[in-house]
Amino acid sequence: MSKKVEVKNLTKIFGKHVGRAKELIKQGKSKSEILKETGATVGVDQANFEIDDGEIFVIMGLSGSGKSTLVRMINRLIEPTDGEVLIDGENLMEMDKKTLREVRRKKMSMVFQNFGLLPNRTIMENAEYGLEIQGVDKEERRKKAQKALEQVGITGYNDEYPDQLSGGMQQRVGLARALANDPQILLMDEAFSALDPLNRTDMQDQLLDIQEGLKKTIIFISHDLNEALKLGDHIMIMRDGEVIQTGTPEDILTHPANDYVEEFIENVDRSKVLTAGNVMIRPVTINIDKAGPRLTLKRMKNNEVSTAYVVDNKRKLIGIVDANDVIDLVRHDSSDLRSVVKTDVPTTNEETPISDLMDDISQTGIPFAVTNDKGQLRGIIVRGAVLGALAGNEVSEFE
Amino acid sequence: MSSIPQLPLADWIDSFVNWLVQFTGFFNAITNFIGGINNAFQWVFDLIPIWLFIALILALTFYVNRKDQRWSLLIFEFLGLLLIWNLDFWRDMTQTLTLVLTSSLIALVIGIPLGILMAKSHIAEVILKPVLDFMQTMPAFVYLIPAVALFGIGMVPGIVASVIFAMPPTVRMTNMGIREVPDELIEAADSYGSTEWQKLFKVELPIAKTSLMAGVNQSMMLSLSMVVIASMIGAMGLGTKVYFAVGRNDAGGGFAAGLAIVILAIILDRLTQSLTRDHKK
Repeated sequence: MSKKVEVKNLTKIFGKHVGRAKELIKQGKSKSEILKETGATVGVDQANFEIDDGEIFVIMGLSGSGKSTLVRMINRLIEPTDGEVLIDGENLMEMDKKTLREVRRKKMSMVFQNFGLLPNRTIMENAEYGLEIQGVDKEERRKKAQKALEQVGITGYNDEYPDQLSGGMQQRVGLARALANDPQILLMDEAFSALDPLNRTDMQDQLLDIQEGLKKTIIFISHDLNEALKLGDHIMIMRDGEVIQTGTPEDILTHPANDYVEEFIENVDRSKVLTAGNVMIRPVTINIDKAGPRLTLKRMKNNEVSTAYVVDNKRKLIGIVDANDVIDLVRHDSSDLRSVVKTDVPTTNEETPISDLMDDISQTGIPFAVTNDKGQLRGIIVRGAVLGALAGNEVSEFE
Repeated sequence: MSSIPQLPLADWIDSFVNWLVQFTGFFNAITNFIGGINNAFQWVFDLIPIWLFIALILALTFYVNRKDQRWSLLIFEFLGLLLIWNLDFWRDMTQTLTLVLTSSLIALVIGIPLGILMAKSHIAEVILKPVLDFMQTMPAFVYLIPAVALFGIGMVPGIVASVIFAMPPTVRMTNMGIREVPDELIEAADSYGSTEWQKLFKVELPIAKTSLMAGVNQSMMLSLSMVVIASMIGAMGLGTKVYFAVGRNDAGGGFAAGLAIVILAIILDRLTQSLTRDHKK
């Protein structure tokens, strides 16, 4: 497969005496030695890696590991101290401002941790920003932005403003803005880290879906190994500005390069990688304190489901109702929804590993309800989602 | 201290001003230019009948507050302007308004670009900061002296002194507004390949707008506070009425004209504040 991005000896040193620090780094001195001797901080220490066309390449590390600096050097938001970035064989470091701007406009788009949406622009105006600054005419850019918004599932919000949308929806707009440019490379800097677990899982699935069709080269920054294992074709682990290991998820799980990586993986192993919280989906819920049979039926129809989860005002799980029972109620003109609620729903909590649930899930027809310690409904686990999550994830072999 | 001779600071400044005076042509051009703007405003204000003027101000207030109407302000404006008319201060009020609008406009046209420059360049910030402090803290009276030497007497030196005194907030708030644009938005603008101008006009200025408009509002209020001082060098308007009242020990006349200034100040303040407020919801 052809190499889309090649990074050679990419280094970033912050602070004073950068020249001296650069020499020391070449002599192989450590980060702390250099800090002591020159006062300069090494952000990224001679990173080398290659990214294939059309793959998701996850750069993993804890905060302060230099991963965000590294991704910003790939589009030169941060000017590297040393090294090369080659995109389709062209050296980004040798480009003048104008050429670089063209590359940023046409080839690479970025998605930000806190979404980076412009608060003074509507959703549509945000999505079309990249096209607007290229001078694409209004009609065409609207069409492209609309398509991108539809791709990420945001419709009917074109004239709203970002702060009127939830975090998950804002990040979908961020993704749509990136896709509207039709770039070859997507840079995603902790794109899903600011989202709650349920939304994060949704977004990961959606990204994989979109990637299936578009085959972009995606550079994804994450501090979450579960996320890295789920998304990455290759994973690169960083620590203190150094690249510790690069490989497929399988490589990293089976041959950890050192204790540091091993420690990471052990944490993953203990939790058996996927928990109920990772694979749960949003259920159709009915608030029994507010809704009667007719509303229930309508909502079930709209969502095309035959069972709905019944909760109370505090979102505490009460049970499930079956569409046939509700239809009976409506026919007999009864409003007593409680009489048809079935309370024997299998429940579990978010932390439960999927492996512990596998047997039960395959036996019962009813999806598991995931509740927290207050008994509030957080999500449900359907068989399809579990299998999908396991199939899309090499980790299942290692459980 | 007696062993050190007194520094001839005053002499130096005198000779600097004297040196400046030789560029008569340059200062005349500025005088004509500022005078032109001033006269244009005044010409329009004199042309409009008073009842129509009041109606226009009410309509403007109604329009800028259209999403969130404030009836009490409309009533206040109506009664306040009627009072000014009744007290026979109308023409003085329009002269003061002209002075404020002209000096605010000039302060804006010079101040906003300076603020942008200050936000973009560290060197500009280091140089401009003490200059702005100087401009704002130097007693405003002091500006009148060279202003008269360079621009004669009348409206123009009054406007020049007002501009110097009133401009700093616009510069400062523009600078602050742009510097406070979140890094991630700057990165977003850069990463999509915006040019510097696109970044400025599509991202930085729109987001800095609230802060920038607060600066404009402050500048306007400061230039209004200059009207009495400016009247000492012949800038006509409500300030002149106050100044004359001081000379004649006429408390009643002074307060009446002062009240008219207050009414004008409140109207200008509320109008510019309404422009600042977010209308998107």
